Amino acid sequence: MSEQLCSFQLAGMTFGIAALDVQEILRAQPITRVPLADPATVGLMNLRGQIVTAIDLRVRLGLPPRADDERSINVVIRSTEGVFSLLVDSIGDVVVLDRDLLELVPENVPSHFRDLMAGAYKLPDRLLFVLVVDRVVTHRIGESS
Amino acid sequence: MGADEEILQEFLVEGRENLDRLERELVGFEANGASEDSISAIFRTVHTVKGTAGFFGFDRLQSLTHVAESLLSKIRDRELALTSGIVSAQLAVVDACRMMLDWVEQTGTDGNDDYAPLKTQLEWLAAPTSLPVLAQTATAAPPAMESERADTTVRVDVQLLDKLMDLAGELVLARNQLLELASTSRDAGLAQSAQRLDLITSELQDHVMKTRMQPIGGVWNKLPRVVRDLSAELGKQVRLELEGKDTGLDRSVLEAIKDPLTHIIRNSIDHGIETPSERIAKGKDAEGALRLRAIHAGGHVLLEIADDGAGIDPDRVRAKAIERGIVSPERAAKLTTEEAQALVFAPGFSTAEKITNVSGRGVGMDVVKTNIEGIGGAVEIDSVPGRGTTIRLKIPLTLAIIPALLVVAAGERYALPQSGVLELVRIDPAAGRKVELIDHTPVYRLRGELLPLVYLSQLLGTGGATATTIVVLQNEGRPFGLVVDTAQDTEEIVAKPIGKRLIDLATYSGATILGDGRVALILDVRGIAMHAGLGSLKRREADVPRAVIPVADRYLLARLGADRRIAVSLEHVARLEELSTATIERAAGREVVQYRDGLLPLIRLGDALGAMPSEPDKSGEGPARSAAEDGAKENDRIHVIVYSSGDRDLGLVVDGILDVIEERAALSTKGAHHGLLGSAVLDGKVTDVVDVAAIAASAGYATGGM
Repeated sequence: MSEQLCSFQLAGMTFGIAALDVQEILRAQPITRVPLADPATVGLMNLRGQIVTAIDLRVRLGLPPRADDERSINVVIRSTEGVFSLLVDSIGDVVVLDRDLLELVPENVPSHFRDLMAGAYKLPDRLLFVLVVDRVVTHRIGESS
Repeated sequence: MGADEEILQEFLVEGRENLDRLERELVGFEANGASEDSISAIFRTVHTVKGTAGFFGFDRLQSLTHVAESLLSKIRDRELALTSGIVSAQLAVVDACRMMLDWVEQTGTDGNDDYAPLKTQLEWLAAPTSLPVLAQTATAAPPAMESERADTTVRVDVQLLDKLMDLAGELVLARNQLLELASTSRDAGLAQSAQRLDLITSELQDHVMKTRMQPIGGVWNKLPRVVRDLSAELGKQVRLELEGKDTGLDRSVLEAIKDPLTHIIRNSIDHGIETPSERIAKGKDAEGALRLRAIHAGGHVLLEIADDGAGIDPDRVRAKAIERGIVSPERAAKLTTEEAQALVFAPGFSTAEKITNVSGRGVGMDVVKTNIEGIGGAVEIDSVPGRGTTIRLKIPLTLAIIPALLVVAAGERYALPQSGVLELVRIDPAAGRKVELIDHTPVYRLRGELLPLVYLSQLLGTGGATATTIVVLQNEGRPFGLVVDTAQDTEEIVAKPIGKRLIDLATYSGATILGDGRVALILDVRGIAMHAGLGSLKRREADVPRAVIPVADRYLLARLGADRRIAVSLEHVARLEELSTATIERAAGREVVQYRDGLLPLIRLGDALGAMPSEPDKSGEGPARSAAEDGAKENDRIHVIVYSSGDRDLGLVVDGILDVIEERAALSTKGAHHGLLGSAVLDGKVTDVVDVAAIAASAGYATGGM
């Protein structure tokens, strides 16, 4: 069985989200900060009348933060918790991969990262980590899964 | 269409919807097996159909559903197992009810068939030992079945209305952009078109909003009839009072509270309000009062249903809950009065001695709680045995349009529900309107009252800019000031949920989209007060041991001598003053100062409490010096707590003001000597709580009410 993944880059790494979960891709949007929220929550944005929470995937995954002048792209996804926007560095292609080749993320990868992944594909030149959107939006930083 | 006709039409529409649902539930029941929830759901639906049929006097319909309900209640109570025979019989009931509704629509009566065989079958099924007998029912169809149903309204999915609302909002934004573009263009045609678009958009938005909002009076209109019929049936006299009919509620919210409201009213009349003879025996009016009040408050709609009936007897509730297996006897004994009264919300609870047609099958309050919580609201019960019961529904603003004040803190805009805003005060140090610090706690003197202040930017940790405005808010009846950078306009906002990820943040009640398309957070007044430590702690009377008396929540902490801490209840503290000792005069052998066109008697608390002698501290604010010494130190200043009770003011001289705190303290009266209410641990330190009334009395000042 194969799956379609929408791929994107974060801190030089490649990730993928099931294409069916992706609603749309947007350039940087005006975002209202939410003080006191967890650090990964960038704020709220207006998506055609719907209020959507934006999550910085770099912070969420414990990757080094984006430099101030670096642009980010919104990947708007649908989860069981509703619609969210995930901030990523840049968008790649939609790739079709064979589900049978998906491997577990090694045990020694930190759990705050590993717990959000369905697994990893070994592409010829790099690894592609597959995110589970429901876990990304529900679990908060510091929470064990 | 007359009002009655209208109600009847709604009854038909709803009745059919309920039957459709029942059918689905029954079939699903058979397919997926019986879960506790699904049985309860079916039971409630049948109960609702029966209830409404009763109000309209459709006896045949009511009697059939009553029998069906009895059978279901046995299944719910696990006296009977669910069989396909029972499901078939219940489905036959659905069909029969549909037929009767058709009769109602055509002729205004529920037909001429009693469905006796079906009822007999249901009764047989309900009796565990007997054999079910299949009943053949052949019923004459009502005349002219094919005629059109008289529906002039279209029922629209609320989600569709939500979507329309969102789109209208988007259209407004697009229009705003176009208007800006048109204003810089020389094209007259464009300007004209933009103008027209502007008008149409405004009108459209207005109407889309209107489709969603309804005054609560629309639901209330049916209540007089309900109350009248019910009280007649039960031989009671009830006067219905409605207040706040025009309170606008979102359609979906209104829909969601309709059934719970009816349930509560039925319960109030059935269980709450006593019969005229009972009432007269208790010295009440023969006629009971049922008061409904709806208000917008703190970004919520508060719906209050109050009766002056018998109230909820906590002991009876405990006993019943134990009998029903809802709580263990050990736990029941530990419950506070409020907790015991809250047991009426437990599923399967019923205090009615006999099962009546009206209520008392254990549906009702359970349903109310489920439904209200289902829309994110809350139910509170407040009952005084013998005096009556008040049920408060707090309905979220989720979809309601509310006026809000926009404030700015650290460059970000926030919306404050206007209902919580008392007034705006501009900080202007030049004009003497400045913020003062009581031991690092900012306060503001608002017309002589001390107003605790909360800096919004500090609270949210966003760093401060220049604060210019105090928004005076009210939390739990007490005012506090929220300091913001600037206050902007008020705007009608549509509150939207903030999303599950952020729902734990008590400081926000939601978010909204402003005119320029940006998102703004809606501040939750209560949440802010709690976050800033101004909220009161949950009170639990049962946790307070006997020897300890709970005392007032807010204290002014002051210092006597170098390190003796005393506290006075803030309730009667009118002002804090710093006076020069030179202003102290003597009248009739007592110290007084001229104060606000009058004389303010002074009591030196140190003397009155027999303070241990201590060295005057560096600032010269030594304790308990006699007035004779003061003459020599004209520049000395004294701290005076102006205590006010009735029309009498009294100045309490202390050596320093420390803080205003909010703390629920357990007061230990052990070894308390004269002039003290006792001592308590306040702000982490042992503090003497002063009995001002006693001190005033022993000093010869009568102070009523302190």
